[in-house]
Amino acid sequence: MEATDTISVRLNGKDRMVDAGHTVASLLESLELHPGMVVVELNREILERDHYQDADVSEGDTIELVHFVGGG
Amino acid sequence: MAGEETVGLMNQLDGPLTIGGVDFKTRLIVGTGKYATNQVMVDAIRASGAEMVTVAVRRVDLDRTKEEAILHHLDPGEFFLLANTAGCYTAEDAIRYARLARAAGFNEFVKLEVIGDEATLLPDVQATLEAARTLADEGFKVMAYTNDDLITALRLEDAGCVAVMPLASPIGSGLGVVNPYFIREIKRRLSVPVIVDAGVGTASDACVTMEQGVDGVLMNTALAAADDPVRMAHAMKHAIVAGRLAFLAGRMPSREIAVPSSPTRGMLD
Repeated sequence: MEATDTISVRLNGKDRMVDAGHTVASLLESLELHPGMVVVELNREILERDHYQDADVSEGDTIELVHFVGGG
Repeated sequence: MAGEETVGLMNQLDGPLTIGGVDFKTRLIVGTGKYATNQVMVDAIRASGAEMVTVAVRRVDLDRTKEEAILHHLDPGEFFLLANTAGCYTAEDAIRYARLARAAGFNEFVKLEVIGDEATLLPDVQATLEAARTLADEGFKVMAYTNDDLITALRLEDAGCVAVMPLASPIGSGLGVVNPYFIREIKRRLSVPVIVDAGVGTASDACVTMEQGVDGVLMNTALAAADDPVRMAHAMKHAIVAGRLAFLAGRMPSREIAVPSSPTRGMLD
């Protein structure tokens, strides 16, 4: 079996190895997150949902995935 | 149904609460935090009659041990979501959270909250003002949590906030309205809706708050931390209505002497 290339990203405050070649959309899918349920910040910039498909995930990216939780 | 009758009657006795161009039939806004279970939360919110509910913005827990996303439990078609910036200690952070919340795509409203002190959770009013100006310029409909200071409230209104939300007492304290005079003064002087946010502990607190003439009350812990949140939500719903109608009705003057209610004439010899 061919080894998959991985890259290191900072994801929600933790360093994580993910497969190379992900777009934001495919990364969300691999994390089993519904794109409509999260908001993505890529390197401190909010990424609009229409751009998830064409935003590539690169080595060293800082990605924040946030959603709504209970609060007052 | 009793609930529908109440709503019908309220439409005759009181107008809607209009915030940033959106009409709400009820004057109670509730939070979604700290409930024992999501089911109790949903049941309590429904019992409260609230249409606008607050939510917080947080990182998705990628090692998910439980379904924490609020939208799995609350239907955004049923409730008007008001995202908050709770937990932010700087204007910059609050602005960042507000932008993330807006990108979720529900509405332009944000409950702006910039905390200045961990022990009391009192607001940093300078940072709140700074963030309010930036967010209002970006088209947000800002509902700003603040202290019961009139000057700050006036400045928040000038900054373009669609509602100003002074505290009754510190967040989660349940102490009720510690300074009704300041709350009344803020309401008297502002044109935008004044929503009292934080500090209400029980139904009488909510009623007394509404009797000051404010436009609404926002609460979370008073419901979530009650032994029976659903029953307390019913109580709060009625307390808000009672306080509102008492305010609109105009109370009798209070005086420290007795005045008989029955005629003093016509008594037998």
